[in-house]
Amino acid sequence: MGTAATIDVTALRADFPILSRRVHGAPLAYLDSAATSQKPTAVLAAMDAYYRQTNANVHRGVYELAAEATARYEAGRDAVARLVNWPREGTVFTKNASEAINLVAWAWGVRELRAGDEVLVTEMEHHSGIVPWQIVAEITGATVRFVPVTPGGELDMDALREMLTERTRMVGVVHASNVLGTINPVEEIARLAHDAGALMLVDGSQSVPHMPVDIAALGCDFFAFTGHKMLGPTGIGVLAGRPELLDRMSPFLGGGEMISNVTTEGSTWADLPWKFEAGTPPIAEAVGLGAAAEYLMDLGLEAVRAHEMDLVEHMLAALGEVEGITIYGPRDPRARGAAVSFSLPDLHPHDIAQLVDQEGVCIRAGHHCAKPLMRVLGVGATARASAYLYNSHDEIDVLVRALGTARAAFAGR
Amino acid sequence: MGGLDDLYQELILDHYRRKRGEGSLERPSVAVDQTNPLCGDEVHLELGIDDGRVIALAHTGQGCSISQASVSMMSEALTGRSLEEALDLVEHFRLMMHGEEPGDEERLGDAIALEGVAKYPVRIKCALLGWMAAKDAIQTYQGNGGPEHGEG
Repeated sequence: MGTAATIDVTALRADFPILSRRVHGAPLAYLDSAATSQKPTAVLAAMDAYYRQTNANVHRGVYELAAEATARYEAGRDAVARLVNWPREGTVFTKNASEAINLVAWAWGVRELRAGDEVLVTEMEHHSGIVPWQIVAEITGATVRFVPVTPGGELDMDALREMLTERTRMVGVVHASNVLGTINPVEEIARLAHDAGALMLVDGSQSVPHMPVDIAALGCDFFAFTGHKMLGPTGIGVLAGRPELLDRMSPFLGGGEMISNVTTEGSTWADLPWKFEAGTPPIAEAVGLGAAAEYLMDLGLEAVRAHEMDLVEHMLAALGEVEGITIYGPRDPRARGAAVSFSLPDLHPHDIAQLVDQEGVCIRAGHHCAKPLMRVLGVGATARASAYLYNSHDEIDVLVRALGTARAAFAGR
Repeated sequence: MGGLDDLYQELILDHYRRKRGEGSLERPSVAVDQTNPLCGDEVHLELGIDDGRVIALAHTGQGCSISQASVSMMSEALTGRSLEEALDLVEHFRLMMHGEEPGDEERLGDAIALEGVAKYPVRIKCALLGWMAAKDAIQTYQGNGGPEHGEG
């Protein structure tokens, strides 16, 4: 289906039952997919069918049902690995992207980092890309440093080059910012990191759902993303790691499934990827995520990206007409994803979100788990509208109209 | 505002646009900072305490209309009260916001208008921000050995 270059939004929306809901008497205009995405019936049906027909614990049972469950679980992994072009033995299922990053921080960082070492992250990181390193730095004596963000909302690459020294052991960067929408040049940063002798971790939570991502081509060492932002269920994320690195690392969580042998004197580890999957995994969730990956591959991530660039162009134009609005992040749709943060001089983001909710519009208000970035922008909070493959121009227009109504209502009294 | 009349009453908007007690004190007896971790609302609160009584109260900060209006209303409700009365009133306000007690208009003054916020669980923390700051300030003052009942 690779030749179908465009998305038929009207047809596609029929795949998402929740989109026909009404809220406060108005049609749902869901513009918060950066927070979590809605799910197509294919994903819901796959998880429901799993529980109805083939539910059993995986990797252990000898009986037919268990073999089927195991096959479904591993097929989910295969689909995800195919989506991002990564070997399956390096495709570890976690709870979410935060846990994936913590895995690297704890299983690699705690043992590898020493006093004087540096971890280089950026001012636009999500808290999940900052806090694990702060915790591990405190234990190991390493330091966390932050590449600055330019006023245009991009990484200061000159500063990045300067901050990469022989002390740098790990570089962590979001592929796409959940606040600014900025798509960072992670391929180039990975090369720079490796030249400096450092490893590279990329957080693709806001990229994998929205555009073709070939992890092998990016050249990074670790790549984290999460299921629930890419049409999959909550409770499952992915760490894609270089098998040779994962092999050398100690486990993250210990327990059943991740072992080869356990004695009272010590234990040995299972092969990859299971070495990093302790306990009963989120089996139904893996089945659901596999179905989500298939759905996206059928649709074509090129088509998804094209649709979103068109939406972003419309969002920037329509929001740009709102008097006094401040829009954050790059203006070029090719340089950014479809998460658009903005603020108004006369209405706090909380109040914006509360008021547009009355018209059925879902947007987010707050610091978006990016407080350092908020400080750089000089605000405590922003409003954020984020579009995905199931959104339309109409919904953006509803948001803009609702903004006008909200301001009038607040001012008019 | 249609269904949001409970939340955005006239009185609340009035306090939002014209915050009572905004500013800082020359010689505060105690100062605290409080933020709402979920959303970025923040308040810096200074109290002037004399003879076991809140004689002055000033605040600065940024945040949504509910949080800012609530700080403004709180500053009016608590100024002039003894530390004990003030803590009592904060607790009463907190219980009102959690729907556990009906609001006492006489004691709360304009802050009674925030009773409707209890229907919007996500905004309760916004309304509580300034009041929790006041409680923190008084308890900090008392903890640091500040005189309580007119000991000077």
